[in-house]
Amino acid sequence: MDAIVIERLTKTFTPMWPWQKASTVLTDVSLRVRQGEIFGFLGHNGAGKTTTMKILLGLLRATSGKVELLGAPAGEVDAHARIGYLPESPYFYDYLTAEEFLTFYGKLAKLSAGFIRSRVPELLKRVGLDEARHRQLRKFSKGMLQRIGLAQAMVHDPELIILDEPMSGLDPMGRKEVRDLILSLRDQGKTVFFSTHILSDVEMICDSVGILARGRMLSQGRVEDLVGEHGAHSIEVVCDGVVGDEVPIVKQCALRILQKGSRCLIMLPGQEVLEEVLSAVRNAKGRLVSVVPNRGSLEEVFVEQSVQRG
Amino acid sequence: MQSVMAVAKNTFRETIRDKILYNLVFFALLLMGSSVLLGTLTIGEHARIVNDLGLAAINLVAVIIAIFLGVGLVSREIERRTIYTILARPITRIQFVLGRYIGLVGIVTVNVVIMLAMFLATIWLSGFPIHAALFQAVQLILVESLVVMAIALLFSTFSSATLSASMTIGLYIVGHLTSDLKVIAEKSASQVAKAVMTGLYYMCPNLEVLNIKGQAASGMSLAIKTQVLATGYGVLYAGLLLLAACLIFQRREF
Repeated sequence: MDAIVIERLTKTFTPMWPWQKASTVLTDVSLRVRQGEIFGFLGHNGAGKTTTMKILLGLLRATSGKVELLGAPAGEVDAHARIGYLPESPYFYDYLTAEEFLTFYGKLAKLSAGFIRSRVPELLKRVGLDEARHRQLRKFSKGMLQRIGLAQAMVHDPELIILDEPMSGLDPMGRKEVRDLILSLRDQGKTVFFSTHILSDVEMICDSVGILARGRMLSQGRVEDLVGEHGAHSIEVVCDGVVGDEVPIVKQCALRILQKGSRCLIMLPGQEVLEEVLSAVRNAKGRLVSVVPNRGSLEEVFVEQSVQRG
Repeated sequence: MQSVMAVAKNTFRETIRDKILYNLVFFALLLMGSSVLLGTLTIGEHARIVNDLGLAAINLVAVIIAIFLGVGLVSREIERRTIYTILARPITRIQFVLGRYIGLVGIVTVNVVIMLAMFLATIWLSGFPIHAALFQAVQLILVESLVVMAIALLFSTFSSATLSASMTIGLYIVGHLTSDLKVIAEKSASQVAKAVMTGLYYMCPNLEVLNIKGQAASGMSLAIKTQVLATGYGVLYAGLLLLAACLIFQRREF
């Protein structure tokens, strides 16, 4: 069973007054998230990521289309017992201490008092806030708030965790901690669906990604497949004792040549011209230092697709 | 029920940690204290002045809490976006609205009880008799607060806190003038005006039914049947408002 199924989802905001214009934020969005995977939901600001997540949780209603979470229709309250959610830039009840805060969310999830008593200290320790358990949230830093937010999303040990921009506004150390936490959740068999526009994070930890632009899905699939399909397969050749611009075959085949003293970096468009160029370098008495296939990055895929979409 | 009580308890805690409440109770204490001083300056009816000011202070503070905390019950959660993480839990929107309302009812009740204790202490220290009518008046003040809280909550499900406060204060004032609406309807020459005023008379809460402060200050008790009917009317009216608030909140998108 898929953890999330979205089919032909459209969301149009109908204005209150007839003279105002309706705006369609999502058009025919379809995606599937398999159980046990980390799914990165990519898109520029305003692409419709948060709207999609709100529809998943029943905070907004879909205009048309099918949305299911863990086999139940979106908005079905009982299914929420198996789902954890952290919104973007969350504001929490800042008059509560970390311990009270997690206890409150545990009670909302209908957990027993005994389970909450053992779960809360364990979670606080896991997100590195056990020292701050009696501190009110108003005295927390942004990074600490993000961590307590993640803890509230996990307090009831959900199967599916939905995180809206969990790394935004965090310093590199904070981002690493969140990445590690997401990876550890997958290791426990949880499904993590998170939105972001930080591509390096997605590339590092996601199994699958979906790219959303202007309310439409551009593509979806496994990270390596997307990169493989769309990425430019250029090759970098580094050699010593040769001036690239002076070897006609090299000059003809290379996309770019960088010369620094006797060392030359030759960027080739692909595998097909590699043998020819290597022979020319050898003939020019050059010494081969390295040949590195340049795998395309997710960033290239994202930019390429976003540009194509206009 | 666990979810409703969790929300109610959190609402209670939120308000308790809000220092404004202490100021209000202090204000009530000051008003009651001043009634003793004021009474010494007047000839006769000293007890009545103490009772009058004490009941007025309790009523004022209860209504202020009901309006100004009531209007933030839902709208503040939406503005601060805390509603997102709450509704992402296995809790229905109706349970959330009820939880918030029950939490505030708890706050108002605790405050009214504290003020009543201070009031009774003031009367006792002044050496005056404590009439049963005073308890009746305070009980109806509590019922009036239930209605006012429900009005504030209803408005807060679809408008901002500021707008909700203005509308609630407006309806509270109209609620004490509903008998005038009936008089206007009777005296009106235009059939349309008559129909509108009569409609408003039946739609607006009749809060004067819950106001027996004047007679209670003089020690005149209310018949039990009237007390029960007035309480029933207030509770039913608050219930209907709560129902409307739940229906509106069910349809809202965030």
